[in-house]
Amino acid sequence: MKNKEPLILAVVVFFTLVTYYLVEPFAHSQMHEHFESKGFAYSDLPEITKKGDVTRGKELVMGAAACTGCHSITSQGLEAPMDAVTAVSAYGVNAPDLSDVGAVFDERFLNTHIRNPAHALKVEHKFTPESGKIHPMPAFYGAGGDIDQEVADIIAYLRSIAPKPDKLTPKMAFETACGRCHAMHYEKWTQIGTKPAFKRKQDELEFDTNVLDYQDSLKKYMGKLPPDLSIYIRSRGEHYIKTFMEDPQQYLEGTSMPRVGLNAEAAEKVIEYLKDSGDAKRHERDSIGWNVMIYIIFFAIFALLWKKQVWRDLH
Amino acid sequence: MAHFTKATSIKDWLNQRLAIEKVEKVMASEYWIPKNINFLWAMGMVLVITFALLLVSGIFLLMYYQPNIDLAFDSVNYTIMREVDFGWLWRHVHGVAASVVFLIIYIHMFTAIYYGSYKKGREMIWISGMLLFVAFSAEAFSGYMLPWGQMSYWAGMVITNLFSGGSLHADGLVEWIRGDYVPAQAFLNRFFMLHVLLVPLAIIGLIGLHFGALRIPHVNNQDGEEIDFDEESKKYLAGDKAGSKVIRFANDFMSKDMLVVAIYLVFFFYLVFFHYDFAMDPVNFDPADGLKTPEHIYPEWYFLWSYEILRPFSTDIGLIAFAFAQVIFMALPFLDRSPNTIPASRRGLFKYWFWAMLIDMIALTAMGKVPPVEPFGTIGLYAALIFIGLWVVLPFITKLEKKA
Repeated sequence: MKNKEPLILAVVVFFTLVTYYLVEPFAHSQMHEHFESKGFAYSDLPEITKKGDVTRGKELVMGAAACTGCHSITSQGLEAPMDAVTAVSAYGVNAPDLSDVGAVFDERFLNTHIRNPAHALKVEHKFTPESGKIHPMPAFYGAGGDIDQEVADIIAYLRSIAPKPDKLTPKMAFETACGRCHAMHYEKWTQIGTKPAFKRKQDELEFDTNVLDYQDSLKKYMGKLPPDLSIYIRSRGEHYIKTFMEDPQQYLEGTSMPRVGLNAEAAEKVIEYLKDSGDAKRHERDSIGWNVMIYIIFFAIFALLWKKQVWRDLH
Repeated sequence: MAHFTKATSIKDWLNQRLAIEKVEKVMASEYWIPKNINFLWAMGMVLVITFALLLVSGIFLLMYYQPNIDLAFDSVNYTIMREVDFGWLWRHVHGVAASVVFLIIYIHMFTAIYYGSYKKGREMIWISGMLLFVAFSAEAFSGYMLPWGQMSYWAGMVITNLFSGGSLHADGLVEWIRGDYVPAQAFLNRFFMLHVLLVPLAIIGLIGLHFGALRIPHVNNQDGEEIDFDEESKKYLAGDKAGSKVIRFANDFMSKDMLVVAIYLVFFFYLVFFHYDFAMDPVNFDPADGLKTPEHIYPEWYFLWSYEILRPFSTDIGLIAFAFAQVIFMALPFLDRSPNTIPASRRGLFKYWFWAMLIDMIALTAMGKVPPVEPFGTIGLYAALIFIGLWVVLPFITKLEKKA
């Protein structure tokens, strides 16, 4: 009799794959809008046309009533004028430390951000004239000279003090880009920093109180508390997070989540850190996976040989 | 009391007390299986192995899981996934096996339908199998509650709501099932109990019944041939292994079972390590939040077809249709009026009924997941009507069938 097993197997595999296709790729394509990454190019923002001068940039950043009036630059020994909890209650957000921004954020993005933060961040809908609100970071209108040159100088300085790409760790990228609004409790990260191991319960309670106070101010500013990102890599997936950081408005029109403005390398690092938190055993999974596959394939070969031996007499 | 003699060996000692030789014969070497069967007959063994994987991985998970609404989510996603050595492996094995076990159950079911393995003396095999399907469904649903993610919570909310019976407004029954007005601690605790004790006990009992139900009518074969098992087994034992139409369960059939199991395990572990997302819904990686309904709520893929029978209708009619879909498969041996126990390909109209049912259930499955917008709403409605229609016509088309 003709052996029908290959045909039967083909039928089973066919219907299984059709069902899989319909309930997974097809259904998800119908449920969620899909956006392709634009490669973190920020082509809606103008390019930097001038060549920046680091020394001049330093003067502008450090000058009276300039950046350091609010921002710390800890790598240069400049502390913030107020602590995070006070800053967030005064401004709604805590101004980021500028040590790493030159390595984390895209130049075009910074170029616009310095002059018009709400536009670069794509949160102008929150700061309309009718709302009476203005973005907490004052726009830079120039220091008397050519503003294009001055902004280029500032960016040149920020880049000069920023860590080289190989020195920027995933954790640093995450903290600068996401960490002032998002907690990540699987990595012990809170909006005011990594939660240390306390010896005294009182100190821990004080820390927790500060986090809660900070979160209350943040809630007021953002509308709701930004979510904890511990396992966002599993709940949202890499593609969604990447394209969401690139432009949150395309997914959630009117959201108060700003465009993050990362450059492509820093975005990869943020993703890496999200994986370290939410998919911590991925390397172990891959290596064990291959070993198990090899083991099972050998098992299948022995099973085939055994079957052949047993069935030799039965045919 | 039986007469015992001084044992000559450990085997003899055991034999006198437990009759192990006899047991071995009854269970394995003289448990006769037809020779003309294909790999679909190995799905039972594949299910046994998958159930064993679920049981073992579940035992490991149980050592760290916390059935508490404040701790459950992190006990799974932090403690088991990050802190416990190989916790991630047990969880992925458990999650993937829970999904794949239904794929195999459906293949097993449709094999039985195709070859008529529920007919003429095999009704109890079918009924015990469908009871196993119900028990596995309860096991899957209760297990899905335990990580206490968004889908756990909202699926728990939606499914327990079904028990209000639409216009009957049996809200008291829903509260009784939940132990609260909404899914909360009492709800999680009882579903934990169901998942780790009561339902597994029922499953183990039903597996015993399912195997027992096979003994008297014997396993069906792929040609619809009526085999005289006594005659053929004598032939085999007399040495005519090639001429006999039956083979021993062990090692003859077992060796083929194991080959199929091995190939299945290659597929299974590929999914566990490299393609597990289909079995672990992303939405359930957000912690349960009773104030935030997810954008799309849908059951796991294996419940989608029955969910879609509920969805296109108004509440009351939907619930009746849903209830119909849940029980109707149980009645298959009695709705099929044909006297033939042969493959569907040789059964006239039933051949078309079989493929129509398979394709219709896949259509229902697909429509159950996508949002109920057009054209999916209409396709879902027609697929649901066709499902009901196919069951209505089944007795008539099988009655028309001529005796083969």
